[in-house]
Amino acid sequence: MQIFPRHLNLLPLVIAGAATVGGGVLTGAIWYYASPANLQVGYAPEQPVPYSHRLHAGEMELDCRYCHANVERSHEAMIPPTQTCMGCHTQVHPESQRLAAVRESFETGESVEWVRVHQVPDHVFFDHSVHLAAGVGCVTCHGRVDQMEVVQVDQPLSMGWCLDCHRDPGPNLRPRNEITNMDWAPDENWVAHVDEVNPPTHCSGCHR
Amino acid sequence: MSDDTPIYEIGETYLLPQGTTVHDITEAVARVTETKAPRGWWICFLPSVSLLGLMTAVIAYLLAMGIGVWGNNAPAYWGWDITNFVWWIGIGHAGTLISAILFLFRQKWRTSINRFAEAMTVMAVLCAAMFPALHTGRPWFDYYLFPIPNQMDMWPNFKSPLMWDVFAVNTYLTISVIFWFVGLIPDFATLRDRSETMLRRRIYGFLALGWRGSHRGWQHYERAYLIFAGISTPLVLSVHSVVSFDFATSVIPGWHTTIFPPYFVAGAVFSGFALVMTMMLIVRAVFGMHNLVNIRHLDLMNKFMLGTSMIVGYAYAMEFFIAWYSGNPYEQWVFLHNRAGFAQLDSLGNWGPLWWSYWAMISCNVLVPQIFWFKKCRTSIPIMFVATILINIGMWFERFVIIVTSLTQDFLPSSWGNFHPTFIDVGLYLGTFGLFLTLFLLFVRWIPMIAIAELKATLPGAHPNLHHHHGEEHDHAHASAEPAPAE
Repeated sequence: MQIFPRHLNLLPLVIAGAATVGGGVLTGAIWYYASPANLQVGYAPEQPVPYSHRLHAGEMELDCRYCHANVERSHEAMIPPTQTCMGCHTQVHPESQRLAAVRESFETGESVEWVRVHQVPDHVFFDHSVHLAAGVGCVTCHGRVDQMEVVQVDQPLSMGWCLDCHRDPGPNLRPRNEITNMDWAPDENWVAHVDEVNPPTHCSGCHR
Repeated sequence: MSDDTPIYEIGETYLLPQGTTVHDITEAVARVTETKAPRGWWICFLPSVSLLGLMTAVIAYLLAMGIGVWGNNAPAYWGWDITNFVWWIGIGHAGTLISAILFLFRQKWRTSINRFAEAMTVMAVLCAAMFPALHTGRPWFDYYLFPIPNQMDMWPNFKSPLMWDVFAVNTYLTISVIFWFVGLIPDFATLRDRSETMLRRRIYGFLALGWRGSHRGWQHYERAYLIFAGISTPLVLSVHSVVSFDFATSVIPGWHTTIFPPYFVAGAVFSGFALVMTMMLIVRAVFGMHNLVNIRHLDLMNKFMLGTSMIVGYAYAMEFFIAWYSGNPYEQWVFLHNRAGFAQLDSLGNWGPLWWSYWAMISCNVLVPQIFWFKKCRTSIPIMFVATILINIGMWFERFVIIVTSLTQDFLPSSWGNFHPTFIDVGLYLGTFGLFLTLFLLFVRWIPMIAIAELKATLPGAHPNLHHHHGEEHDHAHASAEPAPAE
């Protein structure tokens, strides 16, 4: 007695085909969608104070290090303390409604709760100071911050992206005194001294 | 099939009692899946499901809080989690040994227990895999362990034994499941043909993959079974060897030892046989399988345990000898102070804090199995039941001793510490028993727990040259000599 129709004999073939195609599609989908390039780039959270990098760093040409003062000495680029803001804003727009949160922070001593934009995984020990010392500019990783009204993630900051440069740092190096220059482009006289940089590509270079 | 003929000169008889017919075997095994579960099954099932619930709760808490809820901390980066992983994966090895190696060696007595042991392999590997998966801390990233192309340049480090472990365990699981299933096909067909409802007929019919019991079918089937036995055979030796490399390739005193692979494999088979025995004694009593799994099978398994116990005991002795003979003070410290607790006291005059676990291991794994030298012990159900449980406790302690006593006091006294399990450690370990037993009891209830077709082939009636033998033993053997299932 037949309890299954004859065409069910095709089932193993169908399953095998579906598993092969499905596995490929799934891998491709994860490759594309589950990547920082897809998930992170363009992330631009709203901040408690509508601070404009375009205005400060772009139009007024403040050096990055005026606010991110320890970036050449520390792991962290450092979010400036409220006092840095108030250094100017006791004189410039002292009554502006947009600066209310800054003045409140200055009076109470409570920090402004800025939202972190660029975040690498916990097990990555990224160090700003060594990258600047090697001659990697701000713009290489952070993009044209001087043109951003709201700061957003410009590069994937993924391991593959880091390694691209660690394996071939030459194209991303510039003279030490041009690090914060967002417009710098190499001229014919520029020679990157790659052999002096020697970035690590082993695991414990970044993971400790 | 004439190679399983008993050797009368040394007093052997057929494996099953006189007068057992092929129909008796089908009835005894298939009936279990067709009638209501006996009360004993429920008595086992309810606590098992409760433990499974405990496991679910503990894992949920672990995922919410992170693995800091375990007792693992510097310097004991590995604790119960890896102990349990090695223990469970070892349990599985009995199944593969019985189903593959004993098959190739034509040990026909395996037919009563192989199905059982293979099921335990699959379930034990599932329990084992859970521990390293959770130990990564962020199990949702576990796909990093596999070479899947991605934009992050994330790629497994093939130089790492932990990576080999991933492949060894996955291969083991895949092959064990396929081998188990291939063996089940004719038996599923038997269940299909006995089915009284359409639903049962369809489910078992689906699982039987259209099996008809034709000669051509049997020929292909036997060939496939032999090939899978061949593929599985190296796995018995390779999987636990690779697990031992996790330890042996490091430089930690007490781990950096060339004897580890054979030592681990013997221990795995040892503990696997012990757990198969424990479970079998329970199931045999609950479902009344005394004829199909009889005292002769149990006797042979006890001999196996005695043999592997001696190998493990030799390895323990050899580790000590090498610690002394090498003249390496760190190795000596780990063995003489940390493990054995005699000979070397620390500056406060204390023994190693875990000396008791070492001696628990020696007592259970080396001393207890010595009773199996005596036939009286090998054939006494209560004695072997207690002994197999003690052996499994001992084998758990073996892994605990290796991991914790080595990690907690290595080269640098300033970084010494101790390990204390937490409730979550204990809960997760007990919980995996819930998973194991629940799956196992479902298996026993719905899948033929003894290989019907294979067991029939050991009957005298299955012998082509039956009548060349002498004697009265064969008077009963006119039971049908047809191949096997489809009744």
